[in-house]
Amino acid sequence: MRGYLSDCDIRVPGSLTEALAMLSGEPGVWTPFAGGTDLMVVYNAGRLKATRFLDLSGLAELRGIQEEGACLAFGSLATFSDIRDHRAVHQHFPNLVKSARATGALAIQNRGTLGGNIVNASPAADTPPSLLAYGAELELVSSRGRRRVAYDHFHLGYKQMDLAADELVARILVPKPEGRSFHYFRKVGTRQAQAIAKVCLAAHVRIVDGNLAELRIGLGSVAPAPVRARNAEAALLGKSLTDLPVLAARAALLADMSPIDDIRASAHYRSVVTQNVLGHMLRELANV
Amino acid sequence: MADRINLVMKLNGEERSVNVHPFARLLDVLREDLRLTGTKEGCGEGECGACTIFLNGQVVNSCLVPAVQAQGAEVITVEGLARGGELSPIQAAFVAHNGAQCGFCTPGMLVAATDLLNRCPNPTEDEIRDGLAGNLCRCTGYSKILDAVQTAAADGASR
Repeated sequence: MRGYLSDCDIRVPGSLTEALAMLSGEPGVWTPFAGGTDLMVVYNAGRLKATRFLDLSGLAELRGIQEEGACLAFGSLATFSDIRDHRAVHQHFPNLVKSARATGALAIQNRGTLGGNIVNASPAADTPPSLLAYGAELELVSSRGRRRVAYDHFHLGYKQMDLAADELVARILVPKPEGRSFHYFRKVGTRQAQAIAKVCLAAHVRIVDGNLAELRIGLGSVAPAPVRARNAEAALLGKSLTDLPVLAARAALLADMSPIDDIRASAHYRSVVTQNVLGHMLRELANV
Repeated sequence: MADRINLVMKLNGEERSVNVHPFARLLDVLREDLRLTGTKEGCGEGECGACTIFLNGQVVNSCLVPAVQAQGAEVITVEGLARGGELSPIQAAFVAHNGAQCGFCTPGMLVAATDLLNRCPNPTEDEIRDGLAGNLCRCTGYSKILDAVQTAAADGASR
């Protein structure tokens, strides 16, 4: 049974300033709405608690993907299709292209947005592991001003974020990798399209003189929120490509996960498969 | 309680206006208010593709679009694919290859296939599978659908 239409309201602010004034004027009352690919699903299932929505989709201030110094800056309304079609994203962030292609199918990718994927805060979303792997930073905006938060400090727990009721994600800034880079993205689902991840792992490694000079690994579907695999990273950092401590990294990865049993997979499956995916990533890394 | 809006769209080439709730699903506006029942509701959660339409030139799941987001938009439904009573090439190819069994997924398949051939006139089989990945056929008649899209692409290339 769907939500009750007569209870719902959706307003279309004419500018970002107007949208922020509505959010700060009645904190917690208005739910930001962009592509609707998550909120409408919950509404159609009759499980959406929110009834008053703020349609951000027309706000030009939140659109676009632009080079900005050492970063690529994604407006929070950048769609998955915008990401998969953008030349600079292909050039610098192949994991983000793969994440965008792995999200739903084309009709979802045309509507769903990067900002929405972040603030919907599903642990199973496909772009967050890549954003974690690339060291992304979020720019939040409110009537009080702007502030930046490192993305790996943004998710605080299941659907809990460092985001006040009057704030919106304005932009996602991702530093462009320099030097010799290795990129890896793997989503395990029931099929290639339209599947929600059982397990997702994205990694970015900067290689200097044959050693792992910098690396970040992002995980999806194995914790209450998207998380970095800090223990596995620590086991690998500084190591040589010719002598990667695969078993130690796999063992360390267990401490990075707190998976649950649900309709998509068991906790045991998630632990084992995430370790296997890490092993696959390290075999590819050893061969670069 | 929201005020109803006068929703104006260019629908299948004609300007149409309709008085609706701003959060009404575009799917319901098309089917219930405008009586264009070619667009189907399958899952109601953006997974099956039966409700696929063009919104401003892009395929979308109309079950996930609130009416207010179609204000001033160009919308094309399956009813808008034929021109002057003539089936479009992809529709004709579906007929020729028996690309419809029960027919419920067919409107969404036709819209998605039209979009695919607009973007990619000579698709590989993988590209066809990718382009139609968001459209499910419960009759599992996928091979005839693939044949139809390949034929329409080949006919388009030979013209």
